[in-house]
Amino acid sequence: MSHSPGFPYLTFLVLFPAGGAAAVAILGAFSQVRRVVLEGLAIAVSVVVLGFAIGVAVLFRTGDAGYQFGSNHVWAQGLGIHWQLGTDGISLFLVLMAAVLFPIALAGARTRADARSFLAWMLLLEAACIGSFLSLDLILFFFFFELTLVPSYFLISGWGHARRAYAAVKFFLYTFVGSAFLLVGILVVAFLHQHQTGVLTFSLPALMHTHFSSTTEILLFVAFTAAFAIKAPLFPFHTWSPDAYAEAPTGGSMVLSGVLAKLGTYGILRFDLNLFPQATVDFVPIILTLAVIGIIYGAIVACAQRDLKRLVAYSSLAQMGFIALGTFALTTQSVTGGVLLMLNHGLVTAALFLLIGWIYERRQTWQVTELRGLQSPAPVMAAAFTVVMLASIGLPGLNGFVSEFLVLSGTFLTHRWWAVVATAGVVFAALYLLWAYQQVFHGRVDLANAGTRDLSMAERLVIAPLILAIVFLGIYPKPVLDRITPSVNRLIAQVESSTHTQQPVVARAGVAGATAAAKGGK
Amino acid sequence: MLHAAFLMPLLPLAGFVVLLAVGRRVGDPWAGWIGTVAVAGSFAAACVTLIGLVHQPATARELTCSVSCGTGAASHAFFTWIPVGGLQVKAAILLDPLSMTMCVFVTGVSMLIHLYSIGYMQRDRDYSKFFVYLNLFVFSMLVLVLANNFLVTFVGWEGVGVCSYWLVSFWFHRDSAASAGKKAFIYNRVGDVGFLIAVFLIFSKTGTLTYLEVFAHRHLLAGGGAATAAVLLLFLAATGKSAQIPLFNWLPDAMEGPTPVSALIHAATMVTAGVYLLCRANPLLAMSSAGMWVIAVIGGVTAFVAATIACTQQDIKKGLAFSTVSQIGYMVLAVGTGAYVAAIFLMVAHAFYKGLLFLGAGSVIHGLEDEQDMKRMGALRRWMPWTFGTFLFAWLAIAAVPPFSGFWAKGDILSNVYAKNLPLYALALLTAFLTAYYMSRIFYLTFTGKARWQEPAPDGSPAHHKPHESPWVMRLPLVVLAFCAVFAGLIDLPWAHSVSLAAWLDPVFGNRLFDSHQSASVQIALAVADGVVAVAALLVAWGLWRRRVDRPELEPDFLQRVWYWDNLYDAVIGRPGQVMARTFATVVDARVIDGAVNGTAALVRSTAARVRRLQTGFVRNYVLGVALGLVAILVFMVSRSWS
Repeated sequence: MSHSPGFPYLTFLVLFPAGGAAAVAILGAFSQVRRVVLEGLAIAVSVVVLGFAIGVAVLFRTGDAGYQFGSNHVWAQGLGIHWQLGTDGISLFLVLMAAVLFPIALAGARTRADARSFLAWMLLLEAACIGSFLSLDLILFFFFFELTLVPSYFLISGWGHARRAYAAVKFFLYTFVGSAFLLVGILVVAFLHQHQTGVLTFSLPALMHTHFSSTTEILLFVAFTAAFAIKAPLFPFHTWSPDAYAEAPTGGSMVLSGVLAKLGTYGILRFDLNLFPQATVDFVPIILTLAVIGIIYGAIVACAQRDLKRLVAYSSLAQMGFIALGTFALTTQSVTGGVLLMLNHGLVTAALFLLIGWIYERRQTWQVTELRGLQSPAPVMAAAFTVVMLASIGLPGLNGFVSEFLVLSGTFLTHRWWAVVATAGVVFAALYLLWAYQQVFHGRVDLANAGTRDLSMAERLVIAPLILAIVFLGIYPKPVLDRITPSVNRLIAQVESSTHTQQPVVARAGVAGATAAAKGGK
Repeated sequence: MLHAAFLMPLLPLAGFVVLLAVGRRVGDPWAGWIGTVAVAGSFAAACVTLIGLVHQPATARELTCSVSCGTGAASHAFFTWIPVGGLQVKAAILLDPLSMTMCVFVTGVSMLIHLYSIGYMQRDRDYSKFFVYLNLFVFSMLVLVLANNFLVTFVGWEGVGVCSYWLVSFWFHRDSAASAGKKAFIYNRVGDVGFLIAVFLIFSKTGTLTYLEVFAHRHLLAGGGAATAAVLLLFLAATGKSAQIPLFNWLPDAMEGPTPVSALIHAATMVTAGVYLLCRANPLLAMSSAGMWVIAVIGGVTAFVAATIACTQQDIKKGLAFSTVSQIGYMVLAVGTGAYVAAIFLMVAHAFYKGLLFLGAGSVIHGLEDEQDMKRMGALRRWMPWTFGTFLFAWLAIAAVPPFSGFWAKGDILSNVYAKNLPLYALALLTAFLTAYYMSRIFYLTFTGKARWQEPAPDGSPAHHKPHESPWVMRLPLVVLAFCAVFAGLIDLPWAHSVSLAAWLDPVFGNRLFDSHQSASVQIALAVADGVVAVAALLVAWGLWRRRVDRPELEPDFLQRVWYWDNLYDAVIGRPGQVMARTFATVVDARVIDGAVNGTAALVRSTAARVRRLQTGFVRNYVLGVALGLVAILVFMVSRSWS
């Protein structure tokens, strides 16, 4: 909380899109306001948010591992609830990613029916997502975490596809059950802390020093993790996600998989590791195993999909497995890779859903069997799809590789065999994505597909930022890594100091560490 | 000198960017010329760098290999790529005699094949795209060989892989081409798993990925089988990229790509990357004799198996593809023997003559309106004299007839293997016979005998028009490569010790190079044996194939169908895998996991039947409940904060 500039950047980032949502809803009530105006307004709001998010990233002090841009106001006096926001290297890029994806989703995935409500829900969702990433008060976090459900539910059920009602209900109930555990967990943590210190607070930095008995800690860890594992989703709590991602409208799929999913993995990193370090360490083998199963399982099931959206949904499951793997391997490389993968996966999956949405706009289908030879009539779309697909496969030079490599090499340091099995997952990713690409884009184009329109200039402009980010982060991830790593190191040091564990010295010191360790061993 | 070294990869990259931007607009043939000039510039830069490096005293050349990274004269970083804690990966180049050798022949052959493609790809509707990919390929290949650490090598490794994928499926409207590109990529991915795990292992033990640092601290890999594991994992990667058993059968399918691609990527350069990687990692190989044995045996067996298959192919490109697999098998055998210089020697010679063979085949295919079946060729020497003449030299070179390049290069390998292990030598010598035999069969079927293309095919397709010789942009590369194929042996003659490839590469391999300790008389006897075997095979093939086209007894189904290798993989991995994926998707995921979720929901609903009045059954109401609850909390907190 050392650094807090005059302007309340973070509060602005949360409240401005919420205000934008209200403005769109109110303005849209006047029937004479045209759809284009509302869309323009919503996009403008999200672009302003993006501008401020970039501002935060620029002003962010690189070497500083702690929370920056802190703002802390007492909110509910007697209840110890604070409007406490702050960002560090872990949340910074998630906020930035959300700020990038929302304007792209708004501009790229427009809807015809009832634009007013759609735009308002999207902006409210943006506010809730950014709020979740920035909250340092547990109740505040829970508030935003729950708030994401409402717009998501209406986006799926209102603008979704054939089975939208089922998908929306399933999504809502499933995550809602998880949240119930989370709320109970938060209250128990706060009351135990009050019992020990006499102070009722929900502030994360304060609660970090709460002492739990080992059983309590494990129960609390399970309660928190259940909510986060469902939200991510991690295997085996994933079955809502293929339905939700497939049935949601394009914009909804983009932000659900790109941004909302990260609330789960971010929650684990921010709250589980800080509040329950011992339980985290105890659960490492179990969660790593589930993560590896998720990686392989998601990939295998993706291989059997004939529906492009479901295919991407299962590939997402595999990617979330990689994030969990990196997080729980608890080395500098693996955790940093996990954080970077949250960013990279958001960009790549959103781009995939956007492109698939555009295919749907043209052909009214996602069924691989009905698409064929699209590269002939739509070469630019094919090129964009190729780049995004290769990033998802983990081709070096594109962003996915850097994060995947960091996760796996970091995991190998502490949990060799888990890393080895997970590495096999990279073969599967190539298998199903190249297969899908061949079915959709290669081959001689048939009559039904011959008239497919290539990307319009507007669509090219919408997808271009994502492609550029994918290439840039693949070649020069240093600015991002330099900001993530100090915060990750601080987090790992915090876990290590309270559990008396230590990551291999190689992870911190490289070749010098390896040499010293070898000497020490002899 | 170093400035020129930077230009080597940067010029093709610039060509790629320029072609990406304006290629379609400038079109045929200017896009081709832009690409060719970019690579020619790269070749010029390589030559300048080579001269600079040669003029350094031998100790300074050695210096580039022995000093630790960063302070060495020839190891320079462009930027830091991945800096996380103890892992610091820089985008940096390592210039030493090994990478220099690779750069010179890679850029040289690439330049010639770019030139050739200007003519070959004429009137293709994706003309400029072809050169976009080709320039990106050259850039990736140079990244692969110039990288100063394992991970940047992996960038090039994957870069050439993806270019290969694009170029094999270049004519993507053909299903067979699209499938072949995919197959190549996926087989390589299997090998990549080996590469990645090797990298993880090396980093976990030594804390670095920079070649010179890893080699300087290689004692950290000693013990616990880490060195052997690393070597075998790297070798797994090499079997993918260099098409060795068990991952070799993507290469014949890759012949679906345009022929210049087959010449450049699938004969001269990319497929030798695995051999390069193993040579680069030679200090690690030296730590694992078990690993070396595995490499040697796999190499020898691959060379033999692929040669038997090459004896029976009808498609000229497939025949050459299996020949490539076999020749790389020889290189791998040499690496396993520790005869790294011999491996590089054959790699260079092979780049010339196999590149030439493919370009010659391309010229024939071009002249005969895309005919690839050798049984429908014949007597082409009269109509395509340039192609015939150059192909002749390449044939004699690969058949290892003295004094052409193949004789020296293969002889170098054979004499080393002789000293290492007799059964392997016998296998390699048998393979040498088969090599001269299958190559002669291809030569006779194509250029001598009756002009079978004048008759309609047995399957009813009509006779071809009179073939035409190719334009000069295609003939010139043939002539230059023919010159190289004849004289490449000069770079490492057995009696010229001081000015030879061996002396030049000495700083890289040093005393880790296998020393076969042979007396002059043994060496001469081995050389005579090589020559006799080659000439004998030529004569046998002459007797068998000069006039006849059909000899079913010499073309058994077992060999034509690649020892049923594809069928085996399909039966053991492909079909069970599909069944498993379907089962997982339709039973495990839909019934078991999702079934449990829906089952729980149903259970809750039925037990809650009594409190039904509260449960309106519409989740919409719950959502509204949550929303109202959140609003209530909000209002409450705001009011409290103001009170």
